[in-house]
Amino acid sequence: MMTATAASHRAPADDQQPAESLLEIRGLEKRFSLSGDFLEQLKFRRGRIVREQAHVHAINGVDLTVQRGEALCVVGESGCGKSTVARTVMGLLRPTAGEIHYDGERIDHLESRALLPWRKRMQMIFQNPYASLNPRMTIQQTLEEPIRLHNASWTPQQVRDKVAEVMTDVGIAPDWGSRYGHEFSGGQRQRIAIARALAVDPEFIVADEPISALDVSIQAQVLNLLMEAQQERNLTYLFITHDLAVVEHFGTRVAVMYLGRVCEVAPTATLFARPRHPYTQALMSAIPRLEDDRPQHLRLTGEVPTPVNLPSGCVFHGRCPAANERCRREVPRLIATDDGGQVACHGVEEGRLS
Amino acid sequence: MSTTTTTAPATTAAPPSRWQRFRDSFLFYSFKRDLVAQLSMLVFLLMIAAAVFAPWLASMNPYDLAQIDILASELPPFWVDGSDPMYVMGTDAQGRDLLSTILHGLRVSLIIGFGAVILQATLGVCFGLLAGYMGGRIDAFLMRVADIQLSFSTLMVAIIVGALVKAIFGGATFSDYAVWLLVLIIGLAEWPQYARTVRASVLAEKSREYVDAARVMGLRSRRIMFRHILPNTLSPIFVISTVQVANAIISEAALSFLGLGMPETHPSLGSLIKSGFDYIQSGSWWITLIPGLVLVVVVLVINLLGDWLRDVLNPRLYKG
Amino acid sequence: MALLEVNNLDVRFALRQGDVRALRDVCFSLDRGERLGIVGESGAGKSVAAFSLLNLIARPGYIAGGSINFDGHELTSMSDRALRKIRGHRISMIFQDPMMTLNPVLTIGEQMIECLKAHRRISSREARAISLRKLEQVQIPSPDKRLDHYPHELSGGMRQRIIIAIALLLDPDIIIADEPTTALDVTIQAEIMALLLELCEKHNVALILITHDLGVVSQVTQRMLVMYAGRVIEQGPTREIINDPQPPYTQGLMNALPQMATPGSRLNQIRGSMPSLNKLPSGCAFHPRCDFATRPEGELRPACVDQVPQFVDSGNCQVACHMVAEMQQAERIPVEEKQ
Repeated sequence: MMTATAASHRAPADDQQPAESLLEIRGLEKRFSLSGDFLEQLKFRRGRIVREQAHVHAINGVDLTVQRGEALCVVGESGCGKSTVARTVMGLLRPTAGEIHYDGERIDHLESRALLPWRKRMQMIFQNPYASLNPRMTIQQTLEEPIRLHNASWTPQQVRDKVAEVMTDVGIAPDWGSRYGHEFSGGQRQRIAIARALAVDPEFIVADEPISALDVSIQAQVLNLLMEAQQERNLTYLFITHDLAVVEHFGTRVAVMYLGRVCEVAPTATLFARPRHPYTQALMSAIPRLEDDRPQHLRLTGEVPTPVNLPSGCVFHGRCPAANERCRREVPRLIATDDGGQVACHGVEEGRLS
Repeated sequence: MSTTTTTAPATTAAPPSRWQRFRDSFLFYSFKRDLVAQLSMLVFLLMIAAAVFAPWLASMNPYDLAQIDILASELPPFWVDGSDPMYVMGTDAQGRDLLSTILHGLRVSLIIGFGAVILQATLGVCFGLLAGYMGGRIDAFLMRVADIQLSFSTLMVAIIVGALVKAIFGGATFSDYAVWLLVLIIGLAEWPQYARTVRASVLAEKSREYVDAARVMGLRSRRIMFRHILPNTLSPIFVISTVQVANAIISEAALSFLGLGMPETHPSLGSLIKSGFDYIQSGSWWITLIPGLVLVVVVLVINLLGDWLRDVLNPRLYKG
Repeated sequence: MALLEVNNLDVRFALRQGDVRALRDVCFSLDRGERLGIVGESGAGKSVAAFSLLNLIARPGYIAGGSINFDGHELTSMSDRALRKIRGHRISMIFQDPMMTLNPVLTIGEQMIECLKAHRRISSREARAISLRKLEQVQIPSPDKRLDHYPHELSGGMRQRIIIAIALLLDPDIIIADEPTTALDVTIQAEIMALLLELCEKHNVALILITHDLGVVSQVTQRMLVMYAGRVIEQGPTREIINDPQPPYTQGLMNALPQMATPGSRLNQIRGSMPSLNKLPSGCAFHPRCDFATRPEGELRPACVDQVPQFVDSGNCQVACHMVAEMQQAERIPVEEKQ
């Protein structure tokens, strides 16, 4: 069982054939207004009334491709825009600019009614299992709702059978259906949330920090469940996390984000063996390891800039030990590296950094 | 997924029924421990019962002119000299049995109180849900309307509308539809209270992930609003409903006292107080005082229940 | 004599269902300058342990028994007034959320000066000078400017540095840090932990670090306690426990980490979940989730179900586990037979 999982799990990364892409994100941008409604934006400046707006630049030009059957992990620190990417992909947010293509068709501009057929194919798992289940609905009601919506012709018995099936799949006894979410532990609730996502038999799942709110021993249970589901249902994941240990274990490829931009994309093994971007290197050296003899972590200087006033040029230049004049001026673009990844760094491009 | 062991909550009993859930709930627990709440509930239920069964409880029908004995007017209650044992609480200026009149008046007051609150709640909940969930322009528009509405006092609106209706349709028509007119006026004047409370809790609920989950599922906005968000905003709605019922009863009494409420031929508690007010000077204090006391007790127990409910349902105080 | 000695600490919460025992028989000691980690999952009682040291547990919680001896003073029987002198002065606390300690309407400087003047008789100018020095110690850039800032003007990492500066303000003997970096990002977390470690070493301050992160504990502390369902189940030198955990729970916790498995393979999960404190299993609270407690034939070991395991010495560690005790006995018998 173990070896089988390992082999199939790594398959998409190992063969160098360009796999079929399921989701393509091009030049995605998302800004949030900080200034409230129109009346609140009017300010009195030097005797004149002017309209002022401040924005949080949550994502600024993200290009990502998710290939069928892989688990693409997006890592980064809080405020780097990784959750915004997930929510934009799922249509919970409307992008300010850019396009999202799913299986060849553009979906980011669709109205919610037109999006319905895609909703059946892509589902989402949320971070907080305590908030993602409606406290006033029983588990049975929670799980029946998506099945009924997407399979209007099914009989009540078919719906009930399907609910029992997904509950068994995630390891919750089907007779617990008439209970409410709060009667379950955090790990069980996350299983139920996974069951809700699996209930419509999707092919693509966006998981936004699905295990961050759980205890270590429960994290392992949920990760195992997600990996089993991937194997049995041939799922594709977009997995958002800040935990690099989880990425190393779970991901086929990794995208590292910083302040709304992707700074490095690479197959997992490559990235962990040889991180190229200075930020990725700092991030990896900062993970607390159990071993005693680890190298000292790279200390970053400077503060994390806020996404309200983005720095010019490379967003990382203020904390980067190798930043030069060009980094402060020019935004780096993703370039392909020799080992199958992509990195957005002038230093790597110029050969200043290895 | 054969390798995953099936897990279930620690207890293995059958899921509890609704009644069991209620008995195990914090609501029931705190009710059992709160004497004030129990007493208020008792008095409140007695009042409701008295109002509902007024036609059977009352010894005479105050609306039936044939039963009124004008000679027996202004008789004092039983503990005062000169009382008639037929009229326990005495009679009013028109010779109606005061107890019977109060029972019927209570009925009218409670009908107006609950009716107005149902109207307020329906309007307020719909607008509040819409404003909170949709946001943007709809929100801005509805909330500005609510602000404008709130800046007129309920009484002022009621006085203007009441006076207009009276002037246009005449006093007789007004009397016939007074109950429903009052329900309409008080209901329309106070919906912003609900809309604001509902909107605030919708905004809080909207940011929770179960709403996102429902959206990702592809559910329509209407279903998300009414099936997912509304049930989770019920606690504050219950709390303000108690306060609003008491307010509506008071508003009605005030309007009646000003002569713009229920006519004296079909009195509510407020118009009873008003009708007796002229006779205080002549020594017939009971015609005003007894209905006044009943009004105070009704409003007090409703407010006490509301306070208790707010303490229990307040999530910050709630530690179960 | 140890600086802090906790014996058989018993903390309960009076709830309507009856008393819930949040801590039972917790014993540990801390030497001057020593760094101790308390590890456990949520609900294990690690935060309750920290809060009860300073008698900070909120009602309905109360200390039902046991003793906490700090430098010759018995803290459990101390008056609130006397305790306040120790709190913040000789023992200070760092919380997960910096805003729990920082008052949003006062500047950093005002809060630090107020704190100093509450415990020492010094002028405002002296207090400001000390505050400046502490801010320098926690490597805050341009500290004199920061003193006049409000907490919301600073980033999360900067706030946590300020908190450390405030914790160090009165040169305490012990700092209790409750998940100090959980709310922070990995890179910031590494900086803050390194700083805390450096300052504790430099000033010879003892540290009690409460965390769920085994990585952090392994890098910062010298000794550690592992807690489960309100009890300590293993304690000893951090390196020994990390390298060779003895009870099945600690082993399971370690093996569940993704870094312990080959990428892509199945993780070694612990089945079930942490029991809630008002429905604790009998005997060893871990037995329903423990592989050792279930014999291969499927029945449960009576010892695990019936008896609360007592501490046994194992190397430099103390372990409360029937399995470890049985294994030791099995080793000891042949030795005795030879003699």
